[in-house]
Amino acid sequence: MILQNILNEIENVDAEVYERLEHVSRRNMFQTFMKKAMKGAAAGAPVVFASMLNKAYAGQEDIVDVLNFALTLEYLEAEFYNVGLAQPNLLPAGSMARTIYTQIALHENEHVKLLIGALGGLKTAGGAAILKPDFDLTYKGAFANVLSDYNTYLAVSQALEDTGVRAYKGQAPRLIGTSTPAVPSVLEVALQIHSVEARHAARVRYLRGYKGWITNEDTSNIPGVGAVYKGDNMVTQAGINVSSITGISPDTISESFDEPLTKEQVLAIATPFIVKFN
Amino acid sequence: MNGRKKNFTKLFISMEKLPKDLAEISQSLTGKESARLGRRIFMRYLGATAAAGVALSACQNEVMDSATPRGAARAGYRVVDLGDLETNDTAILNYAYALEQLEAAFYSQVIMTPYTGITNSEMIILKDIRDHEIAHRELFKTALGGAAIPGLTPDFTMIDFKSRAAVLGVAKTYENLGVSAYNGAGKFIKNADYLTLAGKIVSVEARHASIIATLIDPMSVAFAGEPEVSNMGGLDKVRSFREVLTAAAPFIYETINFNAR
Repeated sequence: MILQNILNEIENVDAEVYERLEHVSRRNMFQTFMKKAMKGAAAGAPVVFASMLNKAYAGQEDIVDVLNFALTLEYLEAEFYNVGLAQPNLLPAGSMARTIYTQIALHENEHVKLLIGALGGLKTAGGAAILKPDFDLTYKGAFANVLSDYNTYLAVSQALEDTGVRAYKGQAPRLIGTSTPAVPSVLEVALQIHSVEARHAARVRYLRGYKGWITNEDTSNIPGVGAVYKGDNMVTQAGINVSSITGISPDTISESFDEPLTKEQVLAIATPFIVKFN
Repeated sequence: MNGRKKNFTKLFISMEKLPKDLAEISQSLTGKESARLGRRIFMRYLGATAAAGVALSACQNEVMDSATPRGAARAGYRVVDLGDLETNDTAILNYAYALEQLEAAFYSQVIMTPYTGITNSEMIILKDIRDHEIAHRELFKTALGGAAIPGLTPDFTMIDFKSRAAVLGVAKTYENLGVSAYNGAGKFIKNADYLTLAGKIVSVEARHASIIATLIDPMSVAFAGEPEVSNMGGLDKVRSFREVLTAAAPFIYETINFNAR
């Protein structure tokens, strides 16, 4: 049985794994997992398993911090799309935009669920996940018509998605070592979300009539979002000037690599959206 | 065989007309690999007759791949060993280098022989992507230095470069393969700087995948949809080293060896 092998393997790498699993005995964990796996679609099983394991590791402060940071952004994105789709005339039925945003909303709501699961549930239910903050989608009035004006909505959406990509990228190194080779890890799940955000970002950019990739620090005519694109104009990677070695223009080289943002940079960008944490 | 001859006739023409683009079509053309170009093209042009195999074996001592899965068609191409992908960051960098070589060579060919009916905006997009992939390839090559695997020889003989549907279909496959490859490799990377570098690249590959899917069908959710992105969880696919290299193998003349589960 492969699952049994996986459990044995974790045990080898981390002898304390069953202690970390707190009151869940090995047998119970296995049974619970199997029950959930049977109930859910086959594709969902690894996710369920990951969330159980990650719950076991949720005692580690750094991981909890990263996941709650990610959850804050996902709450914001999910709220932005849920509320946007509910507006009567913003994203007309049958339009390309509505198709796109319905799909993006689906993902962001799934990411929220997944992260809450990885944190062992909401704080109010004995887990470590923060509750949904109260949001101001107008960004303190900077985008006052965001829920009624199509172009503004798309612009803010792009800024959110491009921020999300840079935010996950910046946190990835903090998640090194959260896995054993055989088990879906917190890092792996974060990477799987990260690239989905990039797919969203590119699609929204293209819907707005821009390239799917970011040239230098270009804000693509969105006012007041300089911080979202700050530092994305790098041509030197791993100490190598990639423009020099290829003869390709610095503009195009800057598109070839998406740069990370620190947690502090991301929070500075997100703060005007956040009325209060709960 | 006829298809292959035709391709290489084109390649020779392009060599004369477009020396810059030529340098991009194959890793064989960069640096010290250039000496082998003549032989490789010669062999591919010749085709894989038993006589040619014998003759080349006699004069090339680096010819070692006698057990290639594709049989005689790959006679004369080397075995490239990536090493232990689960424990060695350098092996993973070479893995990425191999995939970027394939992508860069593909888009270089697309730009040299554009499909019928290509629009200006599609040309701009595909040129951008070509340049991004070359940037990735050359960065890995330079960063790896002496530890880099040799230049690989792409096999695009099964791709109809005149067909928009064929080209964009392969592009979509390559981009999705790239995204899932980086996502699958991430948890094995030990060095934080390498993980960040992989992260800088994978999101650009994901942007490519999204835009290519959109060119194919702007009304669909394929930019981020099943089967590459799961509805449950909203997660991009992860492919193992083995899955990725197996999918890439038909497009590469060399045989790639590696250690991984």
